[in-house]
Amino acid sequence: MKAGENSRKLLALALIWAALLLAPFWMPPLGGYTALGTRVLVLALAAMSVNFLLGFTGVLSFGHAAYFGLGAYGAGFALKFLAPSTPLSLICGTLLGGLAGAVLGALIVRRRGVYFAMVTIAFGQVFYYIAFQWSSLTGGDDGLRGFSRQPLDFGLFSVDILSNTDAFYYFVLFCFAVAVAVMGFILGSPFGRSMIAIRENERRARFLGIPIERHIWIAFTLSCFFMGFAGALYALLNNFADPRGLHYSQSGDFVMMAVMGGMRNFWGPLLGAAVFVVLQDYLSSITVNWMSFVGMLFVAMVLFFPRGLLGVLARRSAA
Amino acid sequence: MNALEIDNISKRFGSLVAVGGVSLSVAKGELRAIIGPNGAGKTTFFNLISGFFPPTTGKIVFDGVDATLLPAHRRVELGMARTFQVTEIFPELTVFDNLRIATEAANGCRLRFWMSREQNLKIERLVDETLELVGLRAKAYRLVGELSHGDQRAAEIAMALSLRPHLILLDEPTAGMGDQETFEVTKLIRRLHQSGNFTIVLIEHDMRVVFHLADKITVLDRGRLLAEGTPQSIAANHAVQEAYLGKAA
Repeated sequence: MKAGENSRKLLALALIWAALLLAPFWMPPLGGYTALGTRVLVLALAAMSVNFLLGFTGVLSFGHAAYFGLGAYGAGFALKFLAPSTPLSLICGTLLGGLAGAVLGALIVRRRGVYFAMVTIAFGQVFYYIAFQWSSLTGGDDGLRGFSRQPLDFGLFSVDILSNTDAFYYFVLFCFAVAVAVMGFILGSPFGRSMIAIRENERRARFLGIPIERHIWIAFTLSCFFMGFAGALYALLNNFADPRGLHYSQSGDFVMMAVMGGMRNFWGPLLGAAVFVVLQDYLSSITVNWMSFVGMLFVAMVLFFPRGLLGVLARRSAA
Repeated sequence: MNALEIDNISKRFGSLVAVGGVSLSVAKGELRAIIGPNGAGKTTFFNLISGFFPPTTGKIVFDGVDATLLPAHRRVELGMARTFQVTEIFPELTVFDNLRIATEAANGCRLRFWMSREQNLKIERLVDETLELVGLRAKAYRLVGELSHGDQRAAEIAMALSLRPHLILLDEPTAGMGDQETFEVTKLIRRLHQSGNFTIVLIEHDMRVVFHLADKITVLDRGRLLAEGTPQSIAANHAVQEAYLGKAA
């Protein structure tokens, strides 16, 4: 029984990576375009970071867009004011998001459930209004402009990721793969199992000697580092950082992607993000009210498939 | 030195005195049963010992260490483990993973992001031993949530044992069980007691279990210590009979 399960997992993994690696080839014939695939990857990484907390620690943060947005601004500031280097901008964005998460997380982790979600929203909105008001630095409502992603310099040769969308896709895919591998590694470690223990039964975990608050804080901080990284990639994708990327409605979108895809599944948020982004792209060309259709789909999903798309698929294949 | 030394402990919730000045000492290797009518404060008393909440007054000394104000996870590190009246497990994980989490926590791995092959094998061997001890090896890869009530209780006791404790607190280990399951769990507890490695304190309603297992019995009534002694002396105690059956008119 265990061997069959493992081989099924390997097959699913191979399919996912094949689809991602070949996306620039199969997307255009189906009416897509490569930049859409890049967007899916970046938002999927963000949704997976949210799910790192929601699905694997059982803690709902409704203000995670704040760390996503901070990552975007961090990358933008680095490119604009520090040095024209793409790797440096990713490092700066990741650090800004992650360190802010570490500090605020320490204030938040004593709360639980609804109160936790409320406090995360409140802190998120603080960053939104700072970005919105501090126009001289952030560009206010217009967003941070005047930077663009730089060619990757490998010494002997350099790769143009600005105008070559396929090259940029593969760069983002590489970043995505590294981040996801780290995430998977953490979840498979003893620490990852202690996160799942907290999700499953906090009281039991406490009386197994796991210091709950400290572990939730670490999980929260790690998740914010991933979030900052995703945000930095998002800034590179758009050559632009938007205050709306910090807003709680953006946090809601990430939670929605995770729940639609299946939050108990590691890859669920990827599927959720793909559905969300593709629907948004397609529907918004037809109607300005595209969100009401996505919303209806979400309601239907939660009512009929509470385990999300991948949850349903996994159950089918197991049966 | 006693395993557990409790001095005049009390817990107040607002104006309600749940536990009012109870003292207790439990010797190393002893099996102590705590009984009493509903609402006697038995579970509150357990929560005080295990660090679920701090006492209003009084002192708890565990293995010679003042544990009165230590948080729950520190007491676990010192070697105290407990089970709950309503089974507290990780229902969506396998029995093996339930015990693995407990074993890793007890072996200082809970904050690790990486384990060597040898450490991993060592943890798995420890989990196997515990599975063997409680007789759940055949069900190691079943989800705990799918097991029978009796097996779930056994899994919870196994998780407590995975922590390599000196003191085990069992809150109504046979609650809600049929005769056969009660018999199995009683046998398990007696085996643990006879191994001599553990001090065991248990709350129990089933008097057959209590009189069968306990070295000494403590009776609580309305938050106070009513009686303490061997099973024979408790069975003959008038105050205890009155507390359970009401005063003869």
